[in-house]
Amino acid sequence: MSYILNTPADQQAMLEAIGVPSIDELFAQIPAELRLNRELNIPPALSELELTAHLGQLAARNVACGQKVCFLGGGSYDHFIPAVVDYVASRGEFYTSYTPYQAEASQGNLQAFFEYQTLITQLMGMDVANASLYDGGSAATEAVLMCIHATGRQGRVIVPSSVHPEYRQILQTYLANLGTELVTVGTPEGTINPHELAAALTDDTACVFVQHPNFFGCLEDVQSLVKAAHERGALAAVSVDPISLGLLKRPGDYGADIVVAEGQSLGTPMQYGGPYLGIMACREKFVRRMPGRIAGQTVDRRGKRCWVLTLQTREQHIRREKATSNICTNQGLFALRASVYLAAMGPQGMREIATACVRKANYALKKLTSGNRLTAMFDRPVFKEFVLRDAAGRVDELLAEALDCGYFAGVPLGQWYPELGDGLLVCVTEKRTRAEIDGLAARIAQQRQPKAAVHA
Amino acid sequence: MRNTRATQLLFELSRPGRRAAHIPCTDVPATAVEELLPAEALAATPPPLPELAEPDIVRHYANLSTQNMSIDTHFYPLGSCTMKYNPKRNERIAGLPGLADLHPYQPEETLQGMLQLLYEMQAILAEISGLDAVSLQPAAGAHGELTALMMAAAYFRDRGEKRTKVLAPDSAHGTNPASAAIAGFEAVTIRSAANGSVDLADLKSHLGNDTAVFMITNPNTLGLFERQVREIADLVHQQGGLIYLDGANMNAILGIVRPGDFGADMMHFNPHKTFSGPHGGGGPGAGPIAVRKFLEPFLPLPVVEKVPSPSSRPSPVKEEGDFVYRLVRQRPKSIGRVRSFFGQVGVFVRAYSYIRTYGPQGLKAVSENAVLNANYLLSRVKHIFPVPHGDRCLHEFVATAAKLKADRGVSAMDVAKRLLDYGFHAPTVYFPLTVKEAMMIEPTETESKETLDAFAETLFRITEESPQLLHDAPHTTIVSRPDEVRAARQPILRWTPAGE
Repeated sequence: MSYILNTPADQQAMLEAIGVPSIDELFAQIPAELRLNRELNIPPALSELELTAHLGQLAARNVACGQKVCFLGGGSYDHFIPAVVDYVASRGEFYTSYTPYQAEASQGNLQAFFEYQTLITQLMGMDVANASLYDGGSAATEAVLMCIHATGRQGRVIVPSSVHPEYRQILQTYLANLGTELVTVGTPEGTINPHELAAALTDDTACVFVQHPNFFGCLEDVQSLVKAAHERGALAAVSVDPISLGLLKRPGDYGADIVVAEGQSLGTPMQYGGPYLGIMACREKFVRRMPGRIAGQTVDRRGKRCWVLTLQTREQHIRREKATSNICTNQGLFALRASVYLAAMGPQGMREIATACVRKANYALKKLTSGNRLTAMFDRPVFKEFVLRDAAGRVDELLAEALDCGYFAGVPLGQWYPELGDGLLVCVTEKRTRAEIDGLAARIAQQRQPKAAVHA
Repeated sequence: MRNTRATQLLFELSRPGRRAAHIPCTDVPATAVEELLPAEALAATPPPLPELAEPDIVRHYANLSTQNMSIDTHFYPLGSCTMKYNPKRNERIAGLPGLADLHPYQPEETLQGMLQLLYEMQAILAEISGLDAVSLQPAAGAHGELTALMMAAAYFRDRGEKRTKVLAPDSAHGTNPASAAIAGFEAVTIRSAANGSVDLADLKSHLGNDTAVFMITNPNTLGLFERQVREIADLVHQQGGLIYLDGANMNAILGIVRPGDFGADMMHFNPHKTFSGPHGGGGPGAGPIAVRKFLEPFLPLPVVEKVPSPSSRPSPVKEEGDFVYRLVRQRPKSIGRVRSFFGQVGVFVRAYSYIRTYGPQGLKAVSENAVLNANYLLSRVKHIFPVPHGDRCLHEFVATAAKLKADRGVSAMDVAKRLLDYGFHAPTVYFPLTVKEAMMIEPTETESKETLDAFAETLFRITEESPQLLHDAPHTTIVSRPDEVRAARQPILRWTPAGE
């Protein structure tokens, strides 16, 4: 057997030591009538060679992003990953270790988490960060739950429709059982209007949750939004694109109370949506309400600086039903990847990547809208994504034809926003070249004239 | 020889002007950023990150890595966590561009291989669980629990029933009551009987028509099969409640007994435990759930389905046979979405590789050898570290150091710390809470008799060492006995420059 070390002789010796005649006897505590008296009906075993061939075939039935030119975004991004990230994360001492319950046996992970927390606070301009959550969506949800508990306001949570639709769906799922209303404010201009936000705010509002840059790639007037929330005693939670912080003000510098992010951009492959990295940082006064693992600095019995998991009285294994959250695991391996990524980029690298994204995206926006067919949906400043309107109202056809020519040209928005059925979300990272952008623009310009829309 | 600079922080190694990564010069017009973005949105300076060259980073992390114990380097009998060997072929496969370089919003016709893999994974988990329908969405075991409890809430709402309580044994993982609270239920603790199983009388006294769910861990956290599970399930079902199985301990029963066959209505798997996904220093995990048919409408979405291929369907990729795989995104009774995109896909690629490496007989052999190893180790240590609940176990057992504590003042924690000096990771200590001075030991099937013998002999040797030596242990690790109280009372949660 592939990863079982016991030989028949070992098994025999072990059974004798235990004092039972057979392995089956060890399962005697399971009532016979409950036993499965047949083989599992699952596919047969494969050797490594066969397995590699089989999975190679499955992989070949997908179209990898690298086989096309990828303009897909919407929360998962085709950013460059330096080799040093893969090197560090593939060290078995990191990726085959567990949650650092025994601090002395885990100083590598604990120090790496402490450094990750520091890097995240530096990036976000916040006081404290945890050692990561499942993904951006779960971090968003946990941030909202923190706001509800911290304010003691159960009534409502305000979220503009420019927040990632899947984050809003997750929030809806969680809040359905807690009696808090999720109030969605429309964003027909691409961003939330601070006056409309002010009108939606009540004295029972726990928080305003905004995304900046938002799902459409537009910059929100985030400073006014934070101010409006605070004026009514609500907290302001912000979801950011960590890459954008190479250029944009840090959330801590404009007053956000809790900051979350999808950390996939920081050195994690897209891998069809997961596992990713949920980043969370907050003001110091909320730290005891923060979910998840936190590494803290202390000294050992010899007075040497070291690290442990700390503030565990918040956590489920101690507090049980009174815990801040039910979260048990974190995304340690991806927190490590993000740390290496940020260390490799440093301040200048982050600024250069953010600058490349904003320049290339704005170039692409101009280029793609230079023909007759595509126009900008919103007149707002954008970072690395933007929404185009297809004048022909044939987004699916446009995307399919672009795919035939070698482009994943964008994400159709109609699946989440019926009113934006003629919209597509285009993303341009630092990996896209001018030639690729020009190529897509040329292909779209060459697409045969769309058929007249057929109405049923 | 240790590198004495290894414990410096990244930030202390930083030198202005060093850097590791460069990106190409912009090949589009170098428009000033101030022309593209509003001034009030821009930061005056780049984020204050450390400045390091690539050799700094590699040496730093390579040295840090040596301060971890891991499965690749050490025996790691951490009970309840199932630290088994992580096969290297799985990593290679998961890194294939056709599996790793996929965007979640690619068109489905460009994802047929991935969707097939996920569809097969759903089917495999359904078969192993003895249940009918699977969602791969939840991100971790605790997330799977929460998802299933939210489904239970939706199910009872749909039936017009008001059920407010979720019952869980006192030996349950702390995630059980925490999940119940976050799903909006009142968590009620059920006592364990003297034999470590659920106390039936206590369960009966709490069961009623307000019981939504009874959460059971089986095999339980003592490594014992709850023999009365069928009776428990019948009692709960008679009251109209549901049975949730915490699947953390599935490594004991693959192909031997199925939760659906002993009465569970819902369960989660921990593929990172049972199916060998690397734990990565605490994650990623995954928490897929399996449920009975009548709960399927409430599953979170999307799920993958296999449907006959429309004959005229244009597609750039050749389809397999007459079927295509697609995502179901809408169902009227679904609880909705619990995670972005499709969940922890990379974990499933590894778990799928693992399961396909073993096949049906192999998976059963995994559990048989996990149980054999645990019982062998139990038989070797029980005269020194008694196992309060019998001399047999499934994949793990809970021994107690209570006698050692009483006789010599040596605690389970002392033993755990001293084991590190001998090159063994410590067992889980002080869990479950129902056993004094608990040491929860889970060897898994991927350890050899020699390793188990060496571990047992080390345990004996430790009991003969001086109590002071043990209180001060570990002696050979880079640090020893961190002051956890100080860490919690005066939290230092990030590095700050000297003088701040």
